[in-house]
Amino acid sequence: MDFEFIRAYAPLYASAAGLTLTIAFLGIFLSVVIGLLCSLVKIFKIPVLTTIVNGYIEISRNTPLLIQLFFLYFGLPKIGIVLSSETCGITGLAFLGGSYMAETFRTGIEQIPKIQTDSGLSLGMTGLQIFRFIILPQAIATSVPVFCANIIFLIKETSVFSAVALADLMFVAKDLIGIYYKTDEALFMLVISYLLILLPVSAFCTLLERRVRYAEFGNSDPVSGK
Amino acid sequence: MQNLGIQILFQGNNFLRLWEGLWVSLKLAVISMSFSICLGMLFGMVMTSTNKLVRFFCRLYLETVRIMPQLVLLFLVYFGAAKHLNVNLSGGTAAVLVFTFWGTAEMGDLVRSALESIPVHQYQSGYALGFGKIGVYRHIIIPQTIRRLLPSMMNLLTRMVKTTSLVVLIGVIEVVKVGKQIIDASRYTVPDAALWVYGVIFIMYFAVCYPFSRAAALLDKKLRD
Repeated sequence: MDFEFIRAYAPLYASAAGLTLTIAFLGIFLSVVIGLLCSLVKIFKIPVLTTIVNGYIEISRNTPLLIQLFFLYFGLPKIGIVLSSETCGITGLAFLGGSYMAETFRTGIEQIPKIQTDSGLSLGMTGLQIFRFIILPQAIATSVPVFCANIIFLIKETSVFSAVALADLMFVAKDLIGIYYKTDEALFMLVISYLLILLPVSAFCTLLERRVRYAEFGNSDPVSGK
Repeated sequence: MQNLGIQILFQGNNFLRLWEGLWVSLKLAVISMSFSICLGMLFGMVMTSTNKLVRFFCRLYLETVRIMPQLVLLFLVYFGAAKHLNVNLSGGTAAVLVFTFWGTAEMGDLVRSALESIPVHQYQSGYALGFGKIGVYRHIIIPQTIRRLLPSMMNLLTRMVKTTSLVVLIGVIEVVKVGKQIIDASRYTVPDAALWVYGVIFIMYFAVCYPFSRAAALLDKKLRD
């Protein structure tokens, strides 16, 4: 292991990690927005839009991000839509993540039994109050674990961005292997960088899950008592 | 209308070549998936162990796999093995190794949660009826587990298929590579080939994955009722 080499190229990895994080952040933010909109459309069953959203979710969930990126980056310029690597990455991530987030939000809200809404109504609560005090806390409690898993999944997916010429961590590692043949050092720093990014996220998610679990209904399923 | 780019797909045997390319990555997915299912079943049973040390190592393995992007694992095996073990793995072998490593962990976790979702009284009733430990697993637990497992197994398979698209980045000749060859070969005759070729690859992946995820959703719904 050549530590001089590692010290010399650490800044390169740091800036690459910064780029990865920036794109991941923007992509995830957009996917949350898309996810919210799509889940609202599905929950309120808005006629034509529901079909479109369903189609979008199926397409995005059943194709690999890499192929989506290739299509965006190499395919679209042929019909005059030229996207930069960064835009491509963000669009791809948002396209992929949107459907995952939509499904997460929708199942979170829909799995709350109808009886709870009815009980709320019979107690004289308004629709908004029911949503605010009954549905939302429980929906958040059950969605947070999946939501966190989605975020980690999306950050991991950013590793394919090197394929559309984005100078992210994979790109830097591949470059160093190709130029200096320092395979060990390059791969070592690659693993460390991903650990530094993902371990805190994962730890934070575990913490968050534990925190929101308090809101679960009696912290158990009232029917089976499990 | 200008020279239609879509014709590129029907020139020579281009379309067939693309399918053959897709078959290469599908084969990798199917091989890795079969290994993962076998090993994952074992791993899942190990994970239900009450031994603290065993649990710790299972957890460590699972978290490692969950946290590292598959592409990083691929790079580690593909470039690392060549240097340290002095074996020159082909891209395909490296991919099967990595995806099995990953799939086993995911499959194991699915098996674990399926095993744990079976109420304790099922075991106890089995014992009360005079079944041995193997008998309980063979006749009571495993049949129920498999039923519960099927939908999530199919989802894992589609994930596996989607993930095998990464192998193009370690130099396996598969559908994307074939697509690139087609695009490069007709750079001057059909300038907008990229749009059509990548579009078709996109649809191909969808055509392969959609039936599985649909089936998984239907099975899941059937199990719930």
